[in-house]
Amino acid sequence: MQVSSAYGLHPQNYIAPSGHYSQGPGKMTSLPSESQCGDYYSGLYTVPTQNVVTPSTVNQQPGAQQMYGRGPPAPHIVGSTSGSFQGAASSASHLYTSASQPYSFVNHYNNPVMYSANSSATSQGFPSTCGNYAMSTVSNAAYPNVSYRSLPAGDPYGQMFTSQNVLTVRPLKDSSFSGHNTPISHPSPLPPPPSQQHQQQQSLSGYNTLSWSAPGLQSTQDSLIRNHTGSLDTDSNNPTHTDSLSCPVMQNVQPPKPSPVVSTVLSGTSSTRTPPAANHPVKPVASVPQPAELLQQKGMQHGEYVNNQASSAPSPLSSASDDEEEEDEDEEAGVDSSSTTSSASPMPNSYDALEGGSYPDMLSSSASSPAPDPAPEPDPVPTLASAVPQPTKMAKPFGYGYPTLQPGYQNATAPLNSGVQSSSPVYSGFQHYAQYPGMNQLSSSLGGLSLQSSPQPDSLRPVNLTQERNILPMTPIWAPVPNLNVDLRKLNCSPDSFRCTLTNIPQTQALLNKAKLPLGLLLHPFRDLTQLPVITSNTIVRCRSCRTYINPFVSFIDQRRWKCNLCYRVNDVPEEFMYNPLTRSYGEPHKRPEVQNSTVEFIASSDYMLRPPQPAVYLFVLDVSHNAVEAGYLTVLCQSLLENLDKLPGDSRTRIGFMTFDSTIHFYNLQEGLSQPQMLIVSDIDDVFLPTPPDSLLVNLYESKELIKDLLNALPNMFTNTRETHSALGPALQAAFKLMSPTGGRVSVFQTQLPSIGAGLLQSREDPNQRSSTKVVQHLGPATDFYKKLALDCSGQQTAVDLFLLSSQYSDLASLACISKYSAGCIYYYPSFHYTHNPSQAEKLHKDLKRYLTRKIGFEAVMRIRCTKGLSMHTFHGNFFVRSTDLLSLANINPDAGFAVQLSIEENLTDTSLVCFQTALLYTSSKGERRIRVHTLCLPVVSSLADVYAGVDVQAAICLLANMAVDRSVSSSLSDARDALVNAVVDSLSAYGSTVSNLQHSALIAPSSLKLFPLYVLALLKQKAFRTGTSTRLDDRVYAMCQIKSQPLVHLMKMIHPNLYRIDRLTDEGAIHVNDRVVPQPPLQKLSAEKLTREGAFLMDCGYVFYIWIGKSCDNNFIEDVLGYPNFASIPQKMTHLPELDTLPSERARSFITWLRDSRPLSPLLHVVKDESPATTEFFQHLIEDRTEAAFSYYEFLLHIQQQICK
Amino acid sequence: MEAVVFVFSLLDCCALIFLSVYFIITLSDLECDYINARSCCSKLNKWVIPELIGHTIVTVLMLISLHWFIFLLNLPVATWNIYRFIMVPSGNMGVFDPTEIHNRGQLKSHMKEAMIKLGFHLLCFFMYLYSMILALIND
Repeated sequence: MQVSSAYGLHPQNYIAPSGHYSQGPGKMTSLPSESQCGDYYSGLYTVPTQNVVTPSTVNQQPGAQQMYGRGPPAPHIVGSTSGSFQGAASSASHLYTSASQPYSFVNHYNNPVMYSANSSATSQGFPSTCGNYAMSTVSNAAYPNVSYRSLPAGDPYGQMFTSQNVLTVRPLKDSSFSGHNTPISHPSPLPPPPSQQHQQQQSLSGYNTLSWSAPGLQSTQDSLIRNHTGSLDTDSNNPTHTDSLSCPVMQNVQPPKPSPVVSTVLSGTSSTRTPPAANHPVKPVASVPQPAELLQQKGMQHGEYVNNQASSAPSPLSSASDDEEEEDEDEEAGVDSSSTTSSASPMPNSYDALEGGSYPDMLSSSASSPAPDPAPEPDPVPTLASAVPQPTKMAKPFGYGYPTLQPGYQNATAPLNSGVQSSSPVYSGFQHYAQYPGMNQLSSSLGGLSLQSSPQPDSLRPVNLTQERNILPMTPIWAPVPNLNVDLRKLNCSPDSFRCTLTNIPQTQALLNKAKLPLGLLLHPFRDLTQLPVITSNTIVRCRSCRTYINPFVSFIDQRRWKCNLCYRVNDVPEEFMYNPLTRSYGEPHKRPEVQNSTVEFIASSDYMLRPPQPAVYLFVLDVSHNAVEAGYLTVLCQSLLENLDKLPGDSRTRIGFMTFDSTIHFYNLQEGLSQPQMLIVSDIDDVFLPTPPDSLLVNLYESKELIKDLLNALPNMFTNTRETHSALGPALQAAFKLMSPTGGRVSVFQTQLPSIGAGLLQSREDPNQRSSTKVVQHLGPATDFYKKLALDCSGQQTAVDLFLLSSQYSDLASLACISKYSAGCIYYYPSFHYTHNPSQAEKLHKDLKRYLTRKIGFEAVMRIRCTKGLSMHTFHGNFFVRSTDLLSLANINPDAGFAVQLSIEENLTDTSLVCFQTALLYTSSKGERRIRVHTLCLPVVSSLADVYAGVDVQAAICLLANMAVDRSVSSSLSDARDALVNAVVDSLSAYGSTVSNLQHSALIAPSSLKLFPLYVLALLKQKAFRTGTSTRLDDRVYAMCQIKSQPLVHLMKMIHPNLYRIDRLTDEGAIHVNDRVVPQPPLQKLSAEKLTREGAFLMDCGYVFYIWIGKSCDNNFIEDVLGYPNFASIPQKMTHLPELDTLPSERARSFITWLRDSRPLSPLLHVVKDESPATTEFFQHLIEDRTEAAFSYYEFLLHIQQQICK
Repeated sequence: MEAVVFVFSLLDCCALIFLSVYFIITLSDLECDYINARSCCSKLNKWVIPELIGHTIVTVLMLISLHWFIFLLNLPVATWNIYRFIMVPSGNMGVFDPTEIHNRGQLKSHMKEAMIKLGFHLLCFFMYLYSMILALIND
């Protein structure tokens, strides 16, 4: 049951919209405050004791058994988790306030969504009180520690821990814990009312968890849909979690404990659950909850059973109430238990083998252990064995029958194994288990085996591309889930932050070469996260040789040593790490949040600073030449700035400055005390100098706010009559660099034309007649190294330059972009910007600026990517400067930046079954805190080509290919890049055809995992960046390339392959709920004109722009209800907004569009395109499956590929 | 006269050998993270032209003094040097570009190139030495 509860929580972590860190105090309502207090203390008290307590207590408790019967979950969780707050909190929240309270501060991170999720539980048939109750507790819990910082290590650990519960379920210890805890939690008088309610509703003990888990699941699904983040893996994991989780803990952390017990129990549960897990991913949305619930019920009961036993069984051994004693005993107890398992119990062969391979330390520790208590072993065997084979039936009998089982529970391990062997389903579960410990030692063959049983096979199903017409799935495509055992999968990094093109890493470079697929990582490291454990500790534990941060995939050799998973060095666990601030327990390094979460953030000490954290400094460099004034962007910018001045990220030291330039450079003295802003003009652009000390040009935002506002109000009109047409961008940037170099920070440059005088002047290089040339596209690279050099200087001084290019003519973005590319800035391009002629662009700029100004920012950042020995990184993509082999220097990091890395396999990975990748992003937050955000991704290694193909993440592969193609087109030529793209498809498909599938060669066969590959490559060939034959302005093309390089995968995919929806018949079927809004989920349509009917209306989501295409004979009702016009003829040619009409179709359409919009950083433009209007060409360009004059249709492309393969 | 030519070639070759060694050391420093890409490249770019000139001079000298074999031996390397220098894209900061040196295995290929040149110059060194002694004896 613990497991299940954990599930519920776990998915939620990822879900919730960002609200984080601070919890709304308002939430704490329903519970009587007194009870909370009381419980809180008791809880605190108990926590430390948990470790200590030896088994006996439970029985001593009055009515403990009854408690079990009714509301066991709470006690269990508390007891079992002993270390992990989360689980406790979550489970407890349902049941008792008391239990939850102590732990609850963990829940800081829960945000509104979570609550909603809980509340949703009620809808599922649970008593509403339950939902509310849970909510309240959670929030309350959070409340006491409002700021995560105050709680050093504690708060951040957030939800993830729930998963931990599962892990920790080791019978022996747990039993003792649970016993101990139970008294505490139960006795507390307060909880009864609510709990009783619960209990009445469901007499089964398991029910609590059930309720909990159910909402969790639901919420996950919602979240999946909602956020796009939806990681299938979490989803799929949920059901299966139990077994795997237990394993790792056992192995790593606590060798002494009776691992077998855990594994067995878990495996039993897992076996029952596995089937649903497999199903789960397939139908993500509505259908899932039910089976999951059922399963979970079963699972819960198992868990319960275990726990109960645990609590009861230990009782004879000892009853210890003293804390200190307990602590000592705890250690001993652990040892004892281990001894029991290893020495005393006769092990089935398989287990022995496993243990030998994976748990070497266990043995040793057991040997030393003093007193084994082997007694109970024999009993459990029969019962468990019987239970395991028929998992489905287990639930009820177990729940009721536990009393009889009690004595034997300790030994459950041994029997379980036997049971496992006998029954096949269990066996598979067990394999997973086996695989985990094997992390380093087990051969990858196991991985291969498990592959067969896991949901993967579908990805290898051969697809005949030329015959299958509808290869595009109806629902968005999720990242494939690495074929890991379930607990690892659950711990693994979210695919939104970290993805690999091959989720099964080939063992050798030869194998990779054979597969002809690109190997690389796609990163989105600074993504806005809703759930992020933040850790404050004096020592950040890292490998001593490779400096890897400790992560969930390291193995603990014993209590005091851990083995790095990247370089395999054995390191000591520092003293501080032995103490777990979450549980306030000692000796459980494996339960530390660092080891429980693959994405964590450390607050770094001064060791990680070269200088004290600098204030946030923002400098705006504005073009005010005639061209710029004409375009009128200043109005929009100043307006946005005025609106968002208070929301600029930063602390009280935040500084801001302004510069303008035409053929001269203007500085603005805004020093406090002046009556009005003072403009200083420097006309010597050959040798730029600062007219006054930087302090008066970069001023404190709060001290000089009035002056800044004055300036912003005045700026738009200051240059209205200028006749200066020249633009001295280069000198202005040099001046900005000088101004910023003492502190570093962010420079935002607004440029509207080709820089024409001073250093860095550029010539027009574009020949308009060549725009639609099919042969050579020149000038994709920079014309001068001026901007690159300056960017590197800036990067060295921790200054990033963000470029906003708002020009109607050619401005040589290829050269200008360098200033941002190498200083880790970002590039925005608004072609033909004009504030009156092109109001939609102006509005877009306004919205983009809002996001730009208020989004999170990190200064002085460096990012290092490490990977398991044997792999090496050789090419990086994104905006940054590679300072040394694996160190990316990022003057600024923003949440919208994505990166890609190409990998090669330098040494064979034959002696490992898992590889890990870790990115560590060290940055100074806008509040002046040095922080390190660490993501760790773990992937299996495979030795067969089929497995490699089975694990292809086609979206990631396409994005990486796009990055490589950009490099190729700059360094070589566009046609080379296009050829390379086509060859990528040809090579991989022919390699697949010749080695893996032995089907007829006449057909074009692709594995199911790769079936979208040709389509996406065709989409790339028709993308602005790479297309030929269609008129494309050079700047547009270069901008598309910049975007490919710097956008994270989710956004990039939409740019490459837009999503098409039919929106004239939106229904609520399958709709999701976001913030009280119903968002319909129309199916994806393939990008072909054959899908467009004249009776329909279609929405195309191209990432940066939306098109709504209205068919000629579209239903007038739709036109009237949604567009607000009576009929097709009256729709205007230019329409960029949907009116807010009070009709159901309009509401649906708008909520759908807003929902799509909210998912991306830059607000997309909306164009309503009437059928047969001139604007349709633009729309039809995106229908990539269709033929154009210059490019293949999808079918032709397939034939072309087939031809190439046959050659 | 011939002796003078070879004495000069020998000295020039020594300089080129030292330069190759310097390239190798600097590049391996970069490989080991002892220096950053920026300073490495600016150090190396400074010496690209001297190397080019030094080698071209020897090549031309051999042509003038009609040592065909040695000239033909030097020609490919000299051509490569010039080609490499000319083909630097306009946006790059020289033959060694700090923003690209870590990409696409450029560092490795630069390293390999420096190694090959070192071997080549050593070969030339002994050849010049032999020729010089021969010339001195003949005189």
